[in-house]
Amino acid sequence: MSKLKDLGNDLYSGTKSLDIVGRRKIFYIVGIAIVVFSILVPIVKGGFNFGIEFRGGSEFRIDGVAETSQEIARQAVQSVEPGSSPLITTVGLDAVRVQTEQLDDVTSEEVRIALAAAYGLESGAVTSSFIGANWGADVTEKALIGLVVFLLLVSLLMALYFRTLKMSIAALVALFHDVVITLGIYALVGFEITPAAVIGFLTILGYSLYDTVVVFDKVRENTLDVEFSETTTFASQVNLAINQTLVRSVNTSVVAVLPVASILFIGAAVLGAGTLRDIALALFIGIIAGTYSSVFIAGPLYVDLREREGKFSKKAKAVKA
Amino acid sequence: MSVTNTVRSARKSLSWLLALVVGLTALIAVGSISDENASFTPKLALDLQGGTQVILSPLLLDGAGVTPEQLDQAVSIIRQRVDASGVSESQVVTQGDRNIIVSIPGVPDENTLALIKASAKLEFRAVLVTSVGAASSNVDTVDPSVEGETPQGETAPEEEVASEDAPKVPNAAPTDPSDLNWVSPELQEEFDALDCSTSFREPGQVDDPTIPLITCDVTGTSKYILGPVEVEGANISDASNGTVQSSTGASTNSWAVNLDFDGVGTQAFADVTQRLFPLSAPRNQFAITLDGFVITAPATQAVITGGSAQITGNFDRDSSKVLADQLKYGSLPIGFEVESQENISASLGSEQLTNGLLAGLIGLILVVIYSAFQYRGLAIVTIGSLLVAALLVYLFIAFLSWRQGYRLSLAGVAGLIVAIGITVDSFIVYFERVRDEIREGRSLEVAVENAWKRALRTILASDAVSFTAAATLFLLTVGNVRGFAFTLGLTTIVDLIVVLLFTHPLLQLLARTKFFSSGHPWSGFDSKALTASGYVGRGKFRVSESLASGKAEKASKEATKRQTIAERKAEAAIAAAKKSGDK
Repeated sequence: MSKLKDLGNDLYSGTKSLDIVGRRKIFYIVGIAIVVFSILVPIVKGGFNFGIEFRGGSEFRIDGVAETSQEIARQAVQSVEPGSSPLITTVGLDAVRVQTEQLDDVTSEEVRIALAAAYGLESGAVTSSFIGANWGADVTEKALIGLVVFLLLVSLLMALYFRTLKMSIAALVALFHDVVITLGIYALVGFEITPAAVIGFLTILGYSLYDTVVVFDKVRENTLDVEFSETTTFASQVNLAINQTLVRSVNTSVVAVLPVASILFIGAAVLGAGTLRDIALALFIGIIAGTYSSVFIAGPLYVDLREREGKFSKKAKAVKA
Repeated sequence: MSVTNTVRSARKSLSWLLALVVGLTALIAVGSISDENASFTPKLALDLQGGTQVILSPLLLDGAGVTPEQLDQAVSIIRQRVDASGVSESQVVTQGDRNIIVSIPGVPDENTLALIKASAKLEFRAVLVTSVGAASSNVDTVDPSVEGETPQGETAPEEEVASEDAPKVPNAAPTDPSDLNWVSPELQEEFDALDCSTSFREPGQVDDPTIPLITCDVTGTSKYILGPVEVEGANISDASNGTVQSSTGASTNSWAVNLDFDGVGTQAFADVTQRLFPLSAPRNQFAITLDGFVITAPATQAVITGGSAQITGNFDRDSSKVLADQLKYGSLPIGFEVESQENISASLGSEQLTNGLLAGLIGLILVVIYSAFQYRGLAIVTIGSLLVAALLVYLFIAFLSWRQGYRLSLAGVAGLIVAIGITVDSFIVYFERVRDEIREGRSLEVAVENAWKRALRTILASDAVSFTAAATLFLLTVGNVRGFAFTLGLTTIVDLIVVLLFTHPLLQLLARTKFFSSGHPWSGFDSKALTASGYVGRGKFRVSESLASGKAEKASKEATKRQTIAERKAEAAIAAAKKSGDK
């Protein structure tokens, strides 16, 4: 424990200092590499794995069943289509509803017959239809509009709070990095993208910005009078700020990740697929990516954006000399 | 004394918090006695509780089809309608290329069902003939109070037209939609024989808009012969309810429905009112039909060319809102009928809820353990604040569940759990700032005060970002996302309240206790560990004594090792001189 405390103290005082700003080229390269990779993966793999709510699917209804066991239905569907994982619900007292991904006519009919046989009914007792994608264009479009508006509002907010547009830009780049990486991981592993996962994505945005705001707050504090200093440069002040908030950033991320991890592991292990697992997974990946970007990308990028300004570059040269 | 001021302000904040909690609890308690909707347990949404699913199929004239655009538009409108009755996280889905499935959580009340089922065609037709809603043999027993159903203004009560008075003109061609020549003898007979208490309409009957219609009003007390359709419901651009303003501008106690028409509607409506205004009752009335039944048949008080009209009558707040909603959202391109209505048991409903809450609890415990690890004694503050926050959130949700019809869904539960992290983060910001201040050499009480000012700014900025995210998501999206955004926004506000009214005062008070202010190793503000070399701003460092002495010792040891012989001798001489000097 004392080692961590000492580390915190050393980082704060500047005795020990991770040269994040100085080594920013490395972090940029790593960041860009991961982003490019994340963009390529879905292209190579042929898209994301969208959940049934986005793709639409087939639905079967069995009325008048003697026992509403869901296992029967599952086995029946899988006997025809082994790979599918149908969503099965009990409707009322004696009906079962089975949702699967969109099946073609022939398969659909086979499933229908299989279900009827499994429940011991005539094939007429099973109705089949397909669902137009639930969320569909309407809601996704609204979510995207919400996203754009959010980004605009937040840039404005930060520009007002920090009084510099460049901080907003740096923060938005970090944000972009987070979302792209999260999507890349989803594409790579093949996690299902459902409306719940989209909720998680949208939350990551808020979280990542939140984290970045705290780091930038310290940066602003440290760089207030840096133009008048003889001994330090803009870059080293920003570096100091990042180091000083490092412990705090780590703390925040751990504290945010713990409940999410808890939901994730219970959701995945006990419940199987579902809303909880989808949201938690997106958040888990996003929070980790968000911490990385607030520490290693947002700050250094800000340095690059501002050091070109005359007063800072001259000072940097003077101090180095 | 500043110290007593601190205690006073801390106590004031804490008592504000107490007042808030007690107030909310009292409100809900009182509500649960008087109003059946209120209770201390929040309402649950479809995926946690099960709900009702209504399947709608379109009503069409024989041979007509429904275009995808019409279907999409209808879906949009119905979704709006159901959402307008509260944050209900309903789902409106298309099935095949004709049907619409509406899923509503819980057991919907009559109003909501009416809103959905009544999602049929809205039409404006002129009234030609009206009478009591029974077959003509009962025409003698006239009950004046019956007319109360028909909204009027201050005009004289509507006269009934007894069947004998109806002109039995043989079929001359009618010249305008109000012409009584529409009423052929056959029509008149049909009208007389109609008894509103029977079901005289086929469910899903589609009426030809170019010929008169015989129908009753929704309560079955009056029957009408109506002219052809003159204004379509689709031409209503907006409808709302409000209190009636008297001529002096003061609002009275009676409610009315305000209508706005679009361009086409304004023109058509102007024509209608122009024609109807000089006529005598009942022909100066125009009827608004929904699904073929007359929902209101107000008399024309003036020629309305501006496109805005007001319907008055025996409305109260609820009935005027229902009518306004029906008018506003009722302008569907096609009519629908309810094909089926059933209840669904939640698929993994209660199991998911239990497990979700379990996960939340585990997460909470983990977070508390971690913060105890990092901040030691301050974990008391963390736990206390989290408990207060949980209590407040629960009360708010129960309250909003009652007043706004908010329903907690699984996405909402996820939002609550995620918010644990955000709330604890505010504490971390604050604690770390206090530590920063201590590192700069300030005493705990002063550190707490200084840190508060800076931490509050950071917390406000971060919470503003969270809240903006939640608000944008809430306003611009539908369904599941909305529920999540709602809990996220709510917990952000509660986080702010808790930090302002609980965490800070608590820390202020604790700072005055010996355990914390003396920098006990278990207090989380271990001053010895924290007062290391401090960066005191402006590029200056302060080297603390404890550290300096340690380093100095090391340095001096190093130096002694490297001393030359001459220096050693000199040192020894000085030391000897000192010894003798002491003696």
